[in-house]
Amino acid sequence: MTNRLINWFRFGSPQSFYPLAGRMLPWFAALAAISGAIGLWIAFFVAPTDAQQGEAYRIIFVHVPAAWMSMFLYVVMACWAGIGLVLNTRLSAMMAHAIAPTGAMFAFLALWSGALWGRPTWGTYWVWDARLTSELVLFFLYLGYMALNAAIDDPRRADRAAAVLALVGVVNVPIIYFSVAWWNTLHQGASVSLMRAPSMAQTMLWGMLVMAIAFWMYSIAVALSRVRSIMLEREAHAEWARELIRQ
Amino acid sequence: MKPRHKRLALIASGIAALAITAALVLNAFQSNLVFFFSPSQVAAGEAPRDRSFRIGGLVQAGSVKRSQEGLSVQFVVTDTAKDIRVAYAGTLPDLFREGKGVVAQGKLGADGVFHANEVLAKHDENYMPPDAQHAVDQAQKAQKTLRNP
Repeated sequence: MTNRLINWFRFGSPQSFYPLAGRMLPWFAALAAISGAIGLWIAFFVAPTDAQQGEAYRIIFVHVPAAWMSMFLYVVMACWAGIGLVLNTRLSAMMAHAIAPTGAMFAFLALWSGALWGRPTWGTYWVWDARLTSELVLFFLYLGYMALNAAIDDPRRADRAAAVLALVGVVNVPIIYFSVAWWNTLHQGASVSLMRAPSMAQTMLWGMLVMAIAFWMYSIAVALSRVRSIMLEREAHAEWARELIRQ
Repeated sequence: MKPRHKRLALIASGIAALAITAALVLNAFQSNLVFFFSPSQVAAGEAPRDRSFRIGGLVQAGSVKRSQEGLSVQFVVTDTAKDIRVAYAGTLPDLFREGKGVVAQGKLGADGVFHANEVLAKHDENYMPPDAQHAVDQAQKAQKTLRNP
C-alpha cells in the first residue's frame, strides 16, 4: 500500500476527506455557475426555434440533462452503497446519503418539466407509458432510500438496509433508459445516443450538453457540501470533528 | 476468500438474479407494457376487441376531414402497411399534423372505424430549426417528383 503514488485509502477516512471536500467545493460550485450561465444563454438566445414545437421545445435544456442526472446519480449512489456494503467503509455510505436528495430533485425536475412540455405538445400532462412510469418509480426509489435511512436509528444498520434498497433499485435504470426502444411509448426515442449521430440541430445539442455539464458540477458541489455536514454530524464523537465544531 | 470478497460475490450474484427476474417479468408482461398498438397489430387481431385501447401511427397525409359544424374530425392512422380510420370529437393537440405521429385512445367499432375519445400527438426525436425543416421538405418533394415524374 505504501508504494502507491497516492494512497487513496487515506481519503476514505472522514477526517482527511473533510478538508479535501472543502477545498474542492468552491471550484465545482464556480464551474456549475459558469457553465449554467453559458448553457442558459445558449438555450434562450442562441438556439433556434424548433420547426414543429415552436418555443416549447426549450424545456429540453432543463428536462433532458435533469433526466440524465437523475439516472446517473442513482447509479453513482448505488455504487457508493455497494462499496460501503463490501468494504465496510464509513465514508461510502455517507456519500450515498449525500447524493440521494440531489438525485430525487433531478428526477422530480425531469417529471415536472416533462409534464409542462407534454401539455402543449402531446395534449396531456401525464400518461402511464413505460418511460414516464419508470422515471416515476426512480423518483420513489430515491424517496424510499431517504425514508429508510431516516427510519432506522442505528446509523450502521440504516446504511446497510438503505444500501440494499439502492442496489435493488439499480435494475430500474436500464429500464428507464431503454424503455423507449423496447416498447411503444408516447415518449419519443433518444435524440442523443452514443451509437449514432444526434438527430438535433448543432446549437440545440450544444446548449443541452453545456447544461448537462452545469448540472453535473452542481451535483458534485452540493453532494460535497452535504457530505461534509453528514461527516460532522456522524463523527461528532471524534476529536477532529469536535474541534471543528468548537471553532 | 476474504469476507469482503464474499460480500462482493453475494451482492453481484444478488443483482444478477434480480436483473434476470426483472427481464423475465418484463418479458411476461410485454403485451401489457405496450402503450399503443400499430394498425398492423390491430389488423392481426392482437388488440383487445371489447375494451378500449390505444392505436399509434402516422396521420396519413391528406386524410384529415373536419366536419362543418362542431369539433368532430376524421383521419386515417397508418403504419405504412395497414390503415385505420379514426373518428374523434374534441380538441386536437397543437402538434397534430398530417404525416406526423399520433396516439389515439378509444374503441374499435363494428364498422372498422376506431372511435377515439382522446387523441395525443406523438413527437419524434428530431429537433431542427424551421429553415432546416423546410430544406428537408424540399428534398423529399424533389425525390418524389424524381421517382414518379
